[in-house]
Amino acid sequence: MELYSALCAPFAEYAFMKRALVVALTLAVSGTPLGVFMTLRRMTLVGDALSHAILPGVAIAFFVAGLSLWAMTLGGVLVALAVAGLAALLTRYTTLKDDAAFALLTLIALAAGVTLISLKGGSVSLMHVLFGNILAIDMPTLWLVVSVCAVTLFTVAGLYRRLVIDGFDRDFLRIAGTARRGAGITSFVFFALLMLNLVAAFQALGTLMALGLMVLPALAARFWSKNVDFIMPVAVCFAALSAYAGLLLSFHAALPSGPAIVLVAGGAAVFSALFGRTGSVRSTLFQQG
Amino acid sequence: MTDFCSHETCSQHHHVTFKDVGYRYGAHRVLHDISGVFHAGSLTAIAGPNGAGKSTLLKIIAGVFSPKEGTIIIAPELAGKIGYLPQGSAMERDYPISVRQAVSTGLWPSMGSTPSLNGAANEKITAALAEVGLQGFEETQIGELSGGQFQRLLFARLILQDPQLILLDEPFAAIDAPTIAQLIQLIMRWHSEGRTIICVLHDLLLIRKYFPESFLLAGKCMGRGHTHALFEQKLLSFDLDMAELVVPEEKEDSGFGIQDSGRK
Repeated sequence: MELYSALCAPFAEYAFMKRALVVALTLAVSGTPLGVFMTLRRMTLVGDALSHAILPGVAIAFFVAGLSLWAMTLGGVLVALAVAGLAALLTRYTTLKDDAAFALLTLIALAAGVTLISLKGGSVSLMHVLFGNILAIDMPTLWLVVSVCAVTLFTVAGLYRRLVIDGFDRDFLRIAGTARRGAGITSFVFFALLMLNLVAAFQALGTLMALGLMVLPALAARFWSKNVDFIMPVAVCFAALSAYAGLLLSFHAALPSGPAIVLVAGGAAVFSALFGRTGSVRSTLFQQG
Repeated sequence: MTDFCSHETCSQHHHVTFKDVGYRYGAHRVLHDISGVFHAGSLTAIAGPNGAGKSTLLKIIAGVFSPKEGTIIIAPELAGKIGYLPQGSAMERDYPISVRQAVSTGLWPSMGSTPSLNGAANEKITAALAEVGLQGFEETQIGELSGGQFQRLLFARLILQDPQLILLDEPFAAIDAPTIAQLIQLIMRWHSEGRTIICVLHDLLLIRKYFPESFLLAGKCMGRGHTHALFEQKLLSFDLDMAELVVPEEKEDSGFGIQDSGRK
């Protein structure tokens, strides 16, 4: 009975915990496959930059329309698109590399966003946007997250082989793709899905934590399998367990829920890096010994 | 100067036609005034010093880069039939996929999006791997392959692609002599089947022995035509240190003397 109280009762007895669990699990299933491809394509920092880049858009929407879900979503996507476009222009017309261009724009975006929100809403709104509030998720937000998840899963399933090839040998896809219409849009679709998921996740986890549930389980899974076909489901399991355990930890220890979920996912990644089957500290020392 | 064909007639004789093609990375000009053709069924080596633009030229033909100047015409019948073998260093060698999965990408344009492979596809993959001497490595992760084995894998992928225009960028870099001999045989077989092959190479011995046509590049075309004729002109000798082949500045007569002569 004590086990039930500890592990199940919070979700059975409190509607806000139930909604939080549904949203967290949905984000885990939706975002983690993208996180796996992000790490394989060495785009983790770009994803981090994009997650911060949505902040000014959210802030402007908040300034204009208050805490409107759709306005903030639209604002986030538009500004993230603008930042990605500006980064591409900077990379093309200056000597800056991708990471430096994104860093430059992201820092400006983050500072601008924080300033805007502070001007209008004070510290409570700022904390909400930066770290989310998964326990305060309403039904429209839940439906937004579920819709984004459905679109993401169908699209990733349809593009799976292209995404795998794209990470392994990008030029190959471009050349071989001439025989098949639409091959060149793989990267664009991937970025679009990434932005959708980041915007969907920010309500729950905030702009600073949104990437955590995508990337940390993906990194953890790489220490348990050498093959992308297995890394994918292992990563989703890690993400789902992190979501569940993080919410429980948040409930029982009265911790902020978004950071608790990300902390659990981070703990799983560190544990995997130390004790995982492949590429971990343990396997490296064992092989050397 | 080479005779240029129209887009329509090009498809009959020329697989690739360049006209005043140039390319630059930012302000750095790596290729300029490249003109000429690669005939259908030809086997050509592209040689030149480091930084001569060889890989860039290959990527322009492959469609990875678009020329910044001039035009390139690829015969229309080659759409989707171009195979490109990049330098090994350009690939993600530690990508978490097996040899079978990596080679199966050669079937990609003709197969679905799901990760599963049907029986016929698996048979083709097994046969291609056997042809390059990688039988038994199907389930090995590509990160565990040696440099030579990885090159064999890329050749197996080309076999599955069944391309008519094959572009090879330093396919024998850092691999042993037996592997080179085996892969050369594969190239010779492709040549005998009438495929067009363009190969970036540094090894002048290999060029002389196996490649009937050569294209010498140092920012611009330093000479092209029959390999033995080029060598006989002593424009490029065995003991020539390729690293000393300096990219000429807008000078018509560079000392190597030949302009694009095309094929007579």
